[in-house]
Amino acid sequence: MSTTQTRAGATRRPSTATRRQHRAAYLFVLPFFVVFVAMLVVPLVYSGYLSLFERRLIGGESFVGLANYLRAFGDPNFWGGLGRVATFLVVQVPIMLGLALFFALALDSGRARGSRSARLLIFMPYAVPAVIATLMWGYLYGPDFGPLAQIARAVGLGTPDFLSPQSILGSMMNIVTWEFVGYNMIIMYAALRAIPAELYEAAEIDGAGQFRTAWSIKIPAIRPAIILTVIFSVIGSFQLFNEPSLLNAVAPDAISNSFTPNYYAYNLAFINQELNYASAIAFLLGLVIAVVSYVVQLGEQRRERRERKGMA
Amino acid sequence: MTSLETRAIVTGRPPRGRRRPRPYTPQRRRSWLLTIVLWACVAYFLLPLWWLTVASTKDTSALFSSFGLWFAPEFSFFDNLADLFTTRGGLFSRWMLNTVFYAGVSAIGATLLAAMAGYAFAKYRFPGSSALFSITLGAIMIPLTALALPTYLLFSRAGLTDTPWSIIIPSLVSPFGVYLMRVYAADAIPDSLIEAARMDGAGEFRIFWQVGLRLMGPGLVTVFLFSLVGTWNNYFLPLIMLNSSELYPITVGLAQLQAAASAGGGSQAVFSTVITGSFVSILPLVIAFLFLQRYWQSGLGTGGVKG
Repeated sequence: MSTTQTRAGATRRPSTATRRQHRAAYLFVLPFFVVFVAMLVVPLVYSGYLSLFERRLIGGESFVGLANYLRAFGDPNFWGGLGRVATFLVVQVPIMLGLALFFALALDSGRARGSRSARLLIFMPYAVPAVIATLMWGYLYGPDFGPLAQIARAVGLGTPDFLSPQSILGSMMNIVTWEFVGYNMIIMYAALRAIPAELYEAAEIDGAGQFRTAWSIKIPAIRPAIILTVIFSVIGSFQLFNEPSLLNAVAPDAISNSFTPNYYAYNLAFINQELNYASAIAFLLGLVIAVVSYVVQLGEQRRERRERKGMA
Repeated sequence: MTSLETRAIVTGRPPRGRRRPRPYTPQRRRSWLLTIVLWACVAYFLLPLWWLTVASTKDTSALFSSFGLWFAPEFSFFDNLADLFTTRGGLFSRWMLNTVFYAGVSAIGATLLAAMAGYAFAKYRFPGSSALFSITLGAIMIPLTALALPTYLLFSRAGLTDTPWSIIIPSLVSPFGVYLMRVYAADAIPDSLIEAARMDGAGEFRIFWQVGLRLMGPGLVTVFLFSLVGTWNNYFLPLIMLNSSELYPITVGLAQLQAAASAGGGSQAVFSTVITGSFVSILPLVIAFLFLQRYWQSGLGTGGVKG
């Protein structure tokens, strides 16, 4: 009798303690989720809602179903912008992440002099706002007093046109690469430092060279960090806005108002006052980003599973 | 004494020996080729910053007449500075203060929210925790700019556009911050310490405040710095939210000056002012990153491990 009582008491006491802990946990996450719902979920739902309507001068807002989406599917401006950011993604992201990986490995190997300072200096552009980065490169590209043009003229190459419609995308890729190589490098470098040294010291004793160690031990070990940078870069590329909108001031002929989908949505909403259509474009863009990031992750998971099967 | 000890715990040792110090190997050869290649690349990253520094010492006519990567005979940095702070009735200093205010308040708020949520996800098992955490992770994928437009419309209905709140409130959400804080808290705060504090009768909030927050130091600095940069560098959100130029942050203000200068607005804005303004406005963040590097690098390390 007395034993059952104590046992009951013993189980009841932790349960009230657990309940208190649950309550505390909910209170801890509550503030974040309040803002989360208000600033992420509600706008997302509202954007979806708006995209189903159309505002006419006469008759006000009316429900049009998926008409805005159908319009987007037939809109060459939307596809043009999407194609441009897709090109951007396919060309710029591998270059940027390749450079970042190279720097991270070089710094981690400790074979270069002044690694510490090099690391900080490569990271420095991340602290520069995109607005100022674009502004600086805009001046550097400038045909009149841009130093790049000055040097090219002095060497006798004539004045290169970095801001022509043909070269503007490449010039933009250079700006974004400049801004974000350091950020990605730091993520990879931090992951490299976390690899236990014995993992590749053994390989080095066995006579594996630097490149071999990097390729078969270090890079596989930091795959999760690399995937993280890939996903961030996918999101970043599709959302390009600052660079086109600011370069527009320097090169108005090269940058149309639908240069990237995001810039297009902005112009639609604030210049053309087509809010509903702009919402549809923004929503579609978000969908594309979600799908592409999901595919990247899925590919990674499948690869992991295959590898695990291969080892077993 | 106590604060000293805490500092030793926070900075001296990475979370639970995950990373062990590597033995120093003197036989490791330095490679000249790698050094040269690396520093050639560093030169590329420094080029625009060097140009900006040089250009901020020139007046507008020297900008056009002298070689871009070297100083002009006259040194007009202080004249440019004086111009910068007097153009449009000293609006530039107002923009700087706005940026500091928006970025500071948002970063403190975002860090606190992320720390609380991350701590709860790491240290409590409660019904729905994994679902909530998955939702948070999924939200990292949501492009924030796709949300800016509907947020603007909602805010304009609530009469919040063209106020500081329209910049600060959206910047408080940092799903990646929650993720980082969770990973960090899981490593840095031993469960036994929380249990011991409970035994001593400390409430859950006191444990978080006095034990949790202290041990999450580098993680907090990381999330703080990255939210700070996020808001500091944000251009899109303030561009659509704000109308009055007294409320502009530095990014929107400079872009507007630059547009006026390119359009040949003449008396209102000149290139040298825009350039000097850019130079002055990047100094605070560059300095902050230099001085806090030990913290943010170790904080990011944890995020990358489990990435």
